[in-house]
Amino acid sequence: MQGNKVIGEAAIRTGCRFYAGYPITPQNELPEYMAESMCQVKGGVFIQSESEIAAIHMVAGASAAGARAMTSSSSPGISLKQEGISSMAACELPGVIVNMMRGGPGLGNISPAQGDYFQATRGGGHGDYRTIVLAPASGQELADLTMDAFDLADEYRMPVMILADGMMGQMMEPVVFKEPKPRQYRERYVLKGAGAGKSRFIRGLILDPRAMEEHNWKLARKYEVIAQKETRHEAFNTEDAQLIVTAYGTAARIAKGAIKRLHDAGLKVGLFRPITLWPFPSRELQEISERTDNFLVFELSTGQMIEDVHLALCGRGYVNFYGRPGGVVPTPVELAHVIARQYSKKDRHHE
Amino acid sequence: MTKKVFGKPKCLKENVFHYCAGCGHSIVHRLVAEVIDELDIRGITIGVPPAGCAVLAYNYFDIDMIEAQHGRGPAMATGIKRTLPDRVVFSYQGDGDLAAIGIAESFHAANRGENITVIFINNAVYGMTGGQMAPTTLLGQRTTTSPSGRDAVKEGYPIRISEILSSLPGTTFIERCTVNSPPNIIKAKKAIKKAFQYQIDGLGFSMIEVLSPCPTNWKMTPIAACKWIDEVMSKEFPLGIIKDIKSSDKGGKSHVG
Ligand SMILES: Cc1ncc(C[n+]2csc(CCOP(=O)(O)OP(=O)(O)O)c2C)c(N)n1
Ligand code: SF4
Repeated sequence: MQGNKVIGEAAIRTGCRFYAGYPITPQNELPEYMAESMCQVKGGVFIQSESEIAAIHMVAGASAAGARAMTSSSSPGISLKQEGISSMAACELPGVIVNMMRGGPGLGNISPAQGDYFQATRGGGHGDYRTIVLAPASGQELADLTMDAFDLADEYRMPVMILADGMMGQMMEPVVFKEPKPRQYRERYVLKGAGAGKSRFIRGLILDPRAMEEHNWKLARKYEVIAQKETRHEAFNTEDAQLIVTAYGTAARIAKGAIKRLHDAGLKVGLFRPITLWPFPSRELQEISERTDNFLVFELSTGQMIEDVHLALCGRGYVNFYGRPGGVVPTPVELAHVIARQYSKKDRHHE
Repeated sequence: MTKKVFGKPKCLKENVFHYCAGCGHSIVHRLVAEVIDELDIRGITIGVPPAGCAVLAYNYFDIDMIEAQHGRGPAMATGIKRTLPDRVVFSYQGDGDLAAIGIAESFHAANRGENITVIFINNAVYGMTGGQMAPTTLLGQRTTTSPSGRDAVKEGYPIRISEILSSLPGTTFIERCTVNSPPNIIKAKKAIKKAFQYQIDGLGFSMIEVLSPCPTNWKMTPIAACKWIDEVMSKEFPLGIIKDIKSSDKGGKSHVG
């Protein structure tokens, strides 16, 4: 099944009943899939909105009314959604946002790139907030993480982003959909009309400075809990590795291919793959740095995740970088050469 | 024995309005509240206040409300209404909110025939941010950002939103009213009630535009502001029903749901 459609199917299976989005390559198959699927499920709503801005605010409205809601786009459209994402974070509304990144800045191009890491992991819009960012690296993970994204959004009442790229969206892989968990959320915040009871409101504007500060601390405490509890990563061949490649998403797939080749040639190279980009699995990387001190960060950008690697390692180890921005994706063979060079440099260093 | 002949609408809270003396917002709030009471829909109504002077509307209405970002009310209302089609959903927007930053959201919600009601407060300025020029500012009108009067060559013309939206087949009932005199207030209430009724009947997008005094930024007394609406503003923005799909001569097709 194609990656974009996997996300759509996983969303439907996990109870997503509201989708709004605006066409942009390389994710068009996802809204198209939702357009077809939503009319086949009870209460399903699909809207092709007039813009990405409208889409995210529709999602916010649907979420406030109790729906599991999702929108998707690619880099330029995600920039437009930031107003709404910030607002959902402030109002503590759950929702899932898919970013199938493309080359940038500006309109850029439609080939795979990872230039939106900063935007995704630092909040993206204005204000002091975070979104949970999940970075799938296979068709199976697209399915699993999409389902998890809805659960996390509900659990913490916040927007959750799935960050991938056109390569992930277009590739075909066999997928098994797991059984979705029953939806768990505290329904109290949902607006359905006051009935005979007390009326409620949801707002982002907090004029009283003390109340504003308290609200921001409340959000910060929530983010702290998430940072403690929700980090995910994959460690591949890291046990006796002399060099650890750190990469996520598409870059991690390429890195894995390269590492397998190098393994056959007797080089001990491991892969550390963050699955949550925020919260970044810092502790887990630190643990690995107790056994290995040679790191290569590989990204399809000029270097964004490397800042989190540095923050995690706190000056320990040697951290090098290899980046390919602009949508040119190196082959595993090419990357294997880069890794091998770094590997032997380190050997010399030790002697 | 005393008989109560006039009281506070049930779905207004006890809080005192923060609006300036002579402001139209407080009157329109009251009218919307009276209509909600009379239609007995408090329990099923969800309101979407804007960024603008009415941003704190949830402090006054005793109904479920969710504040929208500037201009995004109709998108948010769309999300709510599509999720809960049997609720009554309205957005409440100023002219900057609706006709400038949120024109796309308004236009397309209207064009989709979303079954929501929009209360559109046209006070020809940006009230909340201090009286800057709005898309509805009249030619020659002085504002803080058109200090020598709005000039069509540089700043374009006042936009007649109601006429524009009434050209879309998705819209069902659009009326322009004002609240500058008791008879006009009564008319405005009737219009608001009808707009909500059209929504309840599932007919589609309805909007009431209210020419609303902003004495503070017009730099007038409340009485002069009311007079200005009669003598100047309503010449540019003629009062009356602009579209009603139920009266055949006002044209348009009904969109259910
Ligand atoms: C994205 C964004 N830009 C600007 C603002 C600042 N702002 C708040 S209200 C407003 C204009 C309000 O004017 P109007 O919609 O006419 O409503 P009024 O206050 O007159 O009722 C502006 C520009 C904002 N809140 N958000
Ligand atoms: S500034 Fe104008 S619109 Fe705002 S409350 Fe005062 S009178 Fe009303």
